[in-house]
Amino acid sequence: MQSFWNELVKNKYLYLLTLPALLYFIVFSYLPMFGIVIAFQDFSPIKGIAGSEFVGWRNFDFFFTSSDWLTVTFNTIYLNALFIVLGLIAQIAFAVMISEMFNKTFKKAIQSLTLLPYFISWPVVSMFSIAFFSTDEGLINYVLKSFGAEAINFYQDPSVWPALLVMLKIWKGTGYGIVIYLATIASIDQEIYESARMDGANRYQAIRHITLPMLTNTTILLFILAVGRIFFGDFGMIYALIGDNTLLYPTTDVIDTYVYRALRSYGDMSMSSAIGLYQSVVGFILVVITNGLVRKWNKDASLF
Amino acid sequence: MKKGMAGDRILIGSFYVMNALFAVVCLLPFVLVLTSSLSDETTLLQEGYRLFPKQWSFDAYKVLFDNDSLYRSYGITLFVTIVGTVLSILITSAISYAVSVRTLKYRNKILFFVYLTMLFNGGLVPWYILISNYLHLGNSIWVMIIPALVNPWFMFLLRNFFMTIPESLAESAKIDGANDIYILIRIILPLSLPALATISLFYALDYWNEWFRAILFIDDESKYPLQTVIIRTLSSLSFTQQMYMTATVSVPAYTIRMATVIITIGPIVFLYPFIQKYFVKGLMVGAVKG
Repeated sequence: MQSFWNELVKNKYLYLLTLPALLYFIVFSYLPMFGIVIAFQDFSPIKGIAGSEFVGWRNFDFFFTSSDWLTVTFNTIYLNALFIVLGLIAQIAFAVMISEMFNKTFKKAIQSLTLLPYFISWPVVSMFSIAFFSTDEGLINYVLKSFGAEAINFYQDPSVWPALLVMLKIWKGTGYGIVIYLATIASIDQEIYESARMDGANRYQAIRHITLPMLTNTTILLFILAVGRIFFGDFGMIYALIGDNTLLYPTTDVIDTYVYRALRSYGDMSMSSAIGLYQSVVGFILVVITNGLVRKWNKDASLF
Repeated sequence: MKKGMAGDRILIGSFYVMNALFAVVCLLPFVLVLTSSLSDETTLLQEGYRLFPKQWSFDAYKVLFDNDSLYRSYGITLFVTIVGTVLSILITSAISYAVSVRTLKYRNKILFFVYLTMLFNGGLVPWYILISNYLHLGNSIWVMIIPALVNPWFMFLLRNFFMTIPESLAESAKIDGANDIYILIRIILPLSLPALATISLFYALDYWNEWFRAILFIDDESKYPLQTVIIRTLSSLSFTQQMYMTATVSVPAYTIRMATVIITIGPIVFLYPFIQKYFVKGLMVGAVKG
């Protein structure tokens, strides 16, 4: 204890510098953890956390006996799995292609243009989507009709949305992945390519047997990290694009949007808190498991 | 050998074509929304969203710039972005510097304390109740700033950068009798301007694009930031009409929505060369240290 105080006094200015941030984390990250108790209460904002009645697992029963929990759990995992796998493939493919180009100006232009969507918010992307996917005024249906095809009712047809969401995710996220992968490719020793060329290897063989194997480490790391987050839906994306369009819920409603609605529309704090806890616990287990996997793979890359 | 060369050329050529196509796809939505915002309302309703509308018009922008609500939302977004970024940078660089000093005994404990918040949280509802019922930040524009003051990820990035500055600089200043706060402000921060620019950029983009806290906590339409105006006009055209209602002219709601988007993303597109440069730099620092 003595040494604890000595240390605080000795480095008082440094500890003072950490105070505002630590206070922030205590209030906004640690305090809400105690609020988890709401999941086991019949919470009323007037009575507060201390005064609300304890009801055990009732809030969970309510969620797990409805069919909703299966739908939203499935959608969350299914959509995230699509985003992870197809997103990584797109990032690797475009990064490898760019690394093979000779024209520096062209390379730069491609990188600038593909990274631009990354900085745009999902509400803005959603407005872009309206210009493309509206049934009567949208550009896509105009093109479809001019080729004699039938117009698609995008905003009334849930079956097209998994594909649309994947496309939008790739559109927005590929530029970011390209930056990461190009850095990895740049760190590959050029002599390996040189000697492969001497042995008569063509570009395709060089990509297949040098570049792609060299990207395995980065890819596995990114993959595992993403799998650790597979239980958390991309609220910003789904809510901005789908909003309150109930017609599209069957394929697009994820745990995060469900919790948000339970809170905002039904005002049921206890039930939404219970669902949130279910998500946090399963999500936390996944993070710990995947971190263990990363650790096995590459000790330096693991988070803890 | 010759055959291989021809094959290479076809392969690389196809790479150029595919990348050019993807780049066009990335840019196209920006162009389409821009031309739609400059389209005449009736033309848009009859023909739809086109890259070359038959009838051009500035009506949407005229209505937007004649109306107070756009300036108000813009002001709120600017305020949130500037004040938020300054506060975030101050608090983040303070703690990042402290935990970068190797002689600080409890720095690993502090790092773990921060790190844990990236792994586990209490979920949306307790956080919501805390902010609205206990901190009473509902309907205040500070709710756009305070609950997002420190991003732990950015803290780790900045700490990694501070650790690359030679310790001897701080040590010699200490011998001359300077305290740690003085050292941070006078020696460390001036040496870290590129890193500070990068982290400021990360924060500024987050604040500029923030809308989730606004739809959760702000019901008062006069306090909407730009992004929230977009979210509201997405779900209802009548909201747009009512927002820009005047006695004399009918409101071109469809083109106004597109014009609002253009005005919102304007600064990002305008500052893009700068944003891109620092963003890529920042990613590299993060990528090296993991």
